[in-house]
Amino acid sequence: MKPTRAPLLEMTDVSIVYHTRAGSVPAVSSVSLSIDEGEAVALVGESGCGKSTLALASLGHFGRTGRITEGSISFAGENIATMSGRALQRLRGPGIGMVYQEAMSVLNPSLRVGSQLIETAVVHRGLPRHEARIAAQDVLAEMQIPDPERIMAAYPHQLSGGQQQRAVIAMALLPQPRLLLLDEPTTALDVTVEAGIVDLLGELRRTRRTAMLFISHNLGLVARICDRAAVMYAGEIVETGEVHRIFAQPRHPYTAGLLRCIPRPDLPRGMQKLVPIPGQMQSHQEGRAGCRFGPRCAHFRRELCDQAPIPLKTVGSDGLASARCARTEEIAWQSTQYSVEPNVQHHDETLLAVRALDKFYPMRVRNQARTLRANHDLTFNVARGQSVAIVGESGCGKSTFARIVMGLTGASGGRAMFETIDLARLPVERRSAALLRALQMVFQNPDETLNPCYAVGTQIARAVRKLGVARSRAAVRDRVRELLSMTRLPAVYAGRRPRQLSGGQKQRVGIARAFAGAPTLVVADEPVSALDVSVQAAIIELLVDIQRTQQTTFIIISHDLGFVRYIADSVVVMYLGQIMEAGTVEQVFEPPWHPYTEALLAAAPTIDPSKSDRRIVLTGELPNPVSPLSGCPFHTRCQRKLGPICETITPPERLAQAGHRIRCHIPVPDLARKPPPPAGGGEIGTTTQPVAASPDGRSNPAPAGRSATG
Amino acid sequence: MSDAEIASMAAAQFTAPRFAWVRQIGHSRMAIFGLAIIGFWTFVAFAAPWIAPFPPNQTILPMQSPGAVAPNGAVFWFGTDHLGRDILSRVIWGTRTVLVYAPFATALAFAIGISAGLLAGYRRGWLDDVLSRVSDLVLAFPALVLYIVIVSKFGASGLNIVLAVTLASGPAIMRLTRGLTLALRDRAFIAAAQLRGEPTWRIMFVEILPNAAGPLIVDACLRLGYVVITIGTLGFLGLGLPPPNPDWGSMVNESRSFALVFPHMVLFPCIAVSSLVLGLNLLADGLRELVTQE
Repeated sequence: MKPTRAPLLEMTDVSIVYHTRAGSVPAVSSVSLSIDEGEAVALVGESGCGKSTLALASLGHFGRTGRITEGSISFAGENIATMSGRALQRLRGPGIGMVYQEAMSVLNPSLRVGSQLIETAVVHRGLPRHEARIAAQDVLAEMQIPDPERIMAAYPHQLSGGQQQRAVIAMALLPQPRLLLLDEPTTALDVTVEAGIVDLLGELRRTRRTAMLFISHNLGLVARICDRAAVMYAGEIVETGEVHRIFAQPRHPYTAGLLRCIPRPDLPRGMQKLVPIPGQMQSHQEGRAGCRFGPRCAHFRRELCDQAPIPLKTVGSDGLASARCARTEEIAWQSTQYSVEPNVQHHDETLLAVRALDKFYPMRVRNQARTLRANHDLTFNVARGQSVAIVGESGCGKSTFARIVMGLTGASGGRAMFETIDLARLPVERRSAALLRALQMVFQNPDETLNPCYAVGTQIARAVRKLGVARSRAAVRDRVRELLSMTRLPAVYAGRRPRQLSGGQKQRVGIARAFAGAPTLVVADEPVSALDVSVQAAIIELLVDIQRTQQTTFIIISHDLGFVRYIADSVVVMYLGQIMEAGTVEQVFEPPWHPYTEALLAAAPTIDPSKSDRRIVLTGELPNPVSPLSGCPFHTRCQRKLGPICETITPPERLAQAGHRIRCHIPVPDLARKPPPPAGGGEIGTTTQPVAASPDGRSNPAPAGRSATG
Repeated sequence: MSDAEIASMAAAQFTAPRFAWVRQIGHSRMAIFGLAIIGFWTFVAFAAPWIAPFPPNQTILPMQSPGAVAPNGAVFWFGTDHLGRDILSRVIWGTRTVLVYAPFATALAFAIGISAGLLAGYRRGWLDDVLSRVSDLVLAFPALVLYIVIVSKFGASGLNIVLAVTLASGPAIMRLTRGLTLALRDRAFIAAAQLRGEPTWRIMFVEILPNAAGPLIVDACLRLGYVVITIGTLGFLGLGLPPPNPDWGSMVNESRSFALVFPHMVLFPCIAVSSLVLGLNLLADGLRELVTQE
């Protein structure tokens, strides 16, 4: 449908500046963006690129220090800058609904969800209370919430993250807005829950025809929902156009760079290489002329790119996309396929043998003794020099396992034999210096990994000294320098304080500190999940590199299957504290066998548009791990549940191949046979390794003889 | 990483010292004003022998109004009390009492409160239970009753005042420190310290304490104000320093029966206490603003 009327939201040459004590900071520079009635537009970019500023600006909100210095924003033909307070009230809610990232901070924790929804309907639609209640229930039902009554009666903290976000979307939709602003609505959620929300948003677009402005750093999500996308960099739109067009044929080096930063869960190892974008986003304060991406661009050319501001030009003959690049016509854009030498170091020697490891937390629920089974009967091996990934949704016990290995908490039963030492009940205080040195950890949150009070060099030096690598001043300093250069940080960074570093840099320092004593086994707990896409790629590459050169064994805890597939040799899939499937990456993912693995893989957002057809979206919530579950823990959400057997009898552990264990009632040959057989499902059930062909036609032999773990 | 990049990063370098907000103090008018008041009283305390017109305990002429002229030609700017002592000189000398005992008592209370709080918050378990219950017990007593019991039991002396204040404020400081520690102990950098085998005391005092310093410093300023009031109260109740030591609280106490006829005898020591406490509160407010900005 091509609307003939004026666009719903129109931004023309909008520039927004924050006036702070330190001076004026331009946040957005001459952005033009329009959204038609019923259209979904994505705003993509890394943190700090100005996308949230732009979204809030369309609501007429600039914060205390923000000012719109140029251009205009109009909604339904009315200029937002000249609106009265009352008009703005009508704009916020009935005009534009907003969904924020943190659902919990939107909902008032001391009021029932229902009364918050009813109030919205009363205030914005002028409905009497009883009608407002019905309206609220209807909207909740539309959110695919099974029993709206119960949700209405609940307090926000009694809902799961996914339910909260659904309630927030319901609240935004209650005033029947014409445009829905979604600011990273799924970033805080698990992939499986995220997939559900994304499906819901797609459904809402079909049924309500609400226009959407979807802000995200996740390119995969955007591809699933939106028609058009605008890629922002340093306050400017650098590329805009039809979504699939942008992702299939990026015409700006930044977009192309972003796409090369994302490991694809659907591509096997060795078929892809991440290419991080060098450097970091500069504050665009300096007023340097020319392309803002220039300092990080591989195609940068003096005289051409750094003279005048680069205009946004239509690219291609169909006029569907435009890019802000002076050289867009000259650059050879064909996406390069990489073939990477796989990790050829094969050691069959087991470094860590986990046997029947349990971690139970005694709890009292309504005065009854219950047990929370954080880890139950974990058994697997970690071979020396390999990367083992532990994947699963949050709350599945992955981090608990990491804490047991590191001695931060003790196991309730079982063993974790590291060489000849049982780690299961050996607290960190009782570990020998040699053991401390051998086991180190990389943490998730870059803002918490370093002590804010001390310079980076001091913290690394302390680890070097404490782990007994070097004693003398000069030797410690040399080692710190060595570690900084290993993590590709300039030596001057030793004098910096954590607050002066970006998230990625802090993560590098955290890695440098973990490697101070040349550890044998490193546990990385979600090492990249808190970082921006381009930074993620750099950190992933760094970890891969370090592993290659140092022969470190990694246990990687992650929910990002793209990352896991890129970096890991073998995978352990956990659900509610138990192992559902374990094996090498190829065994577990190609094809996915266990229904849970299949669902996880299907939920992972991918930028390949052709992969988005057949999807499995898990319904229901992660069951409470405290309530005792009989049978298979996954039976409440399984899309391939057989029947009562799944609810009553604990599934047997079957061996699909050497080293590939599956815990499911469905017999192994049936597991590989998917219910609706995919079109070209020739590889299903076969065990041959796919042969990767490199772009120049040279065939790349598959990693033969990869050792099986487990 | 290319050289150009490193150069550009180095150019973007800025300096942020460890306690940047301490240097920012100049930006807060409130803090400056508070500091000025505190600076004034500190100067008075140091310069007492030179700026006081009379010795503090010398009896000259009783019940003189402010501005009366002394036999030797000098002026009783604040008047004299019922024993004929110059009030201005006693207020000036009294500054010394307050500014010696209050900071000393506060420092001791903080030393004990911080140590106990760090231990309770970091170690948790039975130690936390014991320390928390003991502090509950102390906090359950009205502070004043506690002071009266201690000072009347052990006698009125400077040291006992310090001990009473320490015992009364230590638990509250412990509570604050414990809360701050609980928020910090699960941060990854603490786990990192444990994983490299740091001893407990080092994690508590080197890793945790500097990160809790901001709120503790603010609290110290406020608490110093309370202690000034407490010392005044003790003096007023006759539990302060034994007479004839000049002490703002006892000055108010001794002259309270004349307060209606000769209000100046009560007024000036009261103004002294209030202004000092006001200065400390203003400083605390200013600092709090800076700490929360951080």
